[in-house]
Amino acid sequence: MGGFDWDVIRRSLSYLFLDGMRFTLTLTFLAAAGGVVLGTGLALLRLAGGRVLGGVATGYVNLMRSLPLVLVIFWFYFLVPYLGQWATGASRPVQVGAFTSSLLTFTLFEAAYFSEIIRAGIGSIPRGQMAAGYALGLTYRQVMGSVILPQVFRTMLPVLLTQTIILFQDTSLVYVLSITDFMGAASKVAQRDGRLVEMYVFAAAVYFAVCFGASQAVKRLQGRIAIIR
Amino acid sequence: MSYNWNWRIFWSPSPEGAGTYWDMLLQGLLTTLEVSALAWIVALVLGCLMGVLRTVPNRAAQAVGAGWVELFRNIPLLVQLFLWYFVLPEVVPAAAGDWMKGLRDAPFIIASVGIGFFMSARVAEQLRAGLGALPRGQRLAGTALGLTTPQTYRYVLLPMAFRIILPPLTSELINTIKNTSVALTIGLAELTARARAMQEFSFQVFEAFTAATVAYLVVNLAATLLMRWLERRVRVPGYVGG
Repeated sequence: MGGFDWDVIRRSLSYLFLDGMRFTLTLTFLAAAGGVVLGTGLALLRLAGGRVLGGVATGYVNLMRSLPLVLVIFWFYFLVPYLGQWATGASRPVQVGAFTSSLLTFTLFEAAYFSEIIRAGIGSIPRGQMAAGYALGLTYRQVMGSVILPQVFRTMLPVLLTQTIILFQDTSLVYVLSITDFMGAASKVAQRDGRLVEMYVFAAAVYFAVCFGASQAVKRLQGRIAIIR
Repeated sequence: MSYNWNWRIFWSPSPEGAGTYWDMLLQGLLTTLEVSALAWIVALVLGCLMGVLRTVPNRAAQAVGAGWVELFRNIPLLVQLFLWYFVLPEVVPAAAGDWMKGLRDAPFIIASVGIGFFMSARVAEQLRAGLGALPRGQRLAGTALGLTTPQTYRYVLLPMAFRIILPPLTSELINTIKNTSVALTIGLAELTARARAMQEFSFQVFEAFTAATVAYLVVNLAATLLMRWLERRVRVPGYVGG
């Protein structure tokens, strides 16, 4: 293999991190934030949305969870321009950028996974708390917003963060749309300079370091924030 | 929507050679199923080995199991497949590398092995959790009866643990099936890749993706039902769900 060429990594560091990793991290955090909000909405719909809305939410979550992410990425990539046309009433399909398309995809896809976590969290709160809230004269909205959900986010924070680490890994799949995320940047340099070994090993090492470090931090956090019952 | 639906496209001949688009997608589905089955076998074998290693009373074995799980869990599958496909042939001795590059079904084999290794970390974690959920007395009882550690695992712990972890293994099986689509990046012509190719040839993007979506739903439903049936067959009387 003729020696490991460290120089190709050094030369492309700014491209890898300032272009690639910045895209990956921005996508990860925005999609996680959007996914948690939307996921909470889906979970509440499933628990208290009535038969029709609850059924729609259940169907959506099950559909997303049975499809491979790669297929969903392709779906949205082609569907979003038509949806944009329908929403804005334009005469032609609306062109959206690579970032918007992937952000929408990951938010909507991950919302299904986040909603299952939130739903499990709500299920773990003793029923009496709901009743206690009503007994105090709170409305459903107030009980959920000020009593149940704050505890859910606290107990489920480690699981939500772990899912975010998975999301961080999954964002590498935007590679199929030739987007320059961290992996996309690594692969572009690899092919341009004919340095596949160096770039892919380096990319793997970076992903490993980030994910391993983050999951160790989540483990420590888990011990500190657990509510003792 | 200004989109021209044409559901009859499936019966048009595909430009890939013999057969219609329908045949093309079926071929892709078959590849998806084959790679899923092989990867699942690899994941079960390695995952069970590593899951057991993490629970045996031996520091070194525990470290090997833990290292394995962390290594394969913290690198994205796409990157792992690239390591297997592009990097491995370059770093092994030249003769072995040339042999790997010359394999006719390289994407097929590498997808099966790579996805299998990736999933083995998850299977190992499930099995470790299952073994951890057993009352400590079972291991002690095995020792008290004069069983060796391998015998305790073989006759006492594993038969119980496997039955307890069947439900989470169902979702891991479905994850394996879904993950095969990542192998399109190393050129495997599985279901998603075929749907994508059909879209490129025919421009009927939504028909192609709808067909693939329905196929995945059916396959996952079948896998879920199969595992439910297995769960009912082997459930442990007296345990939750038993």
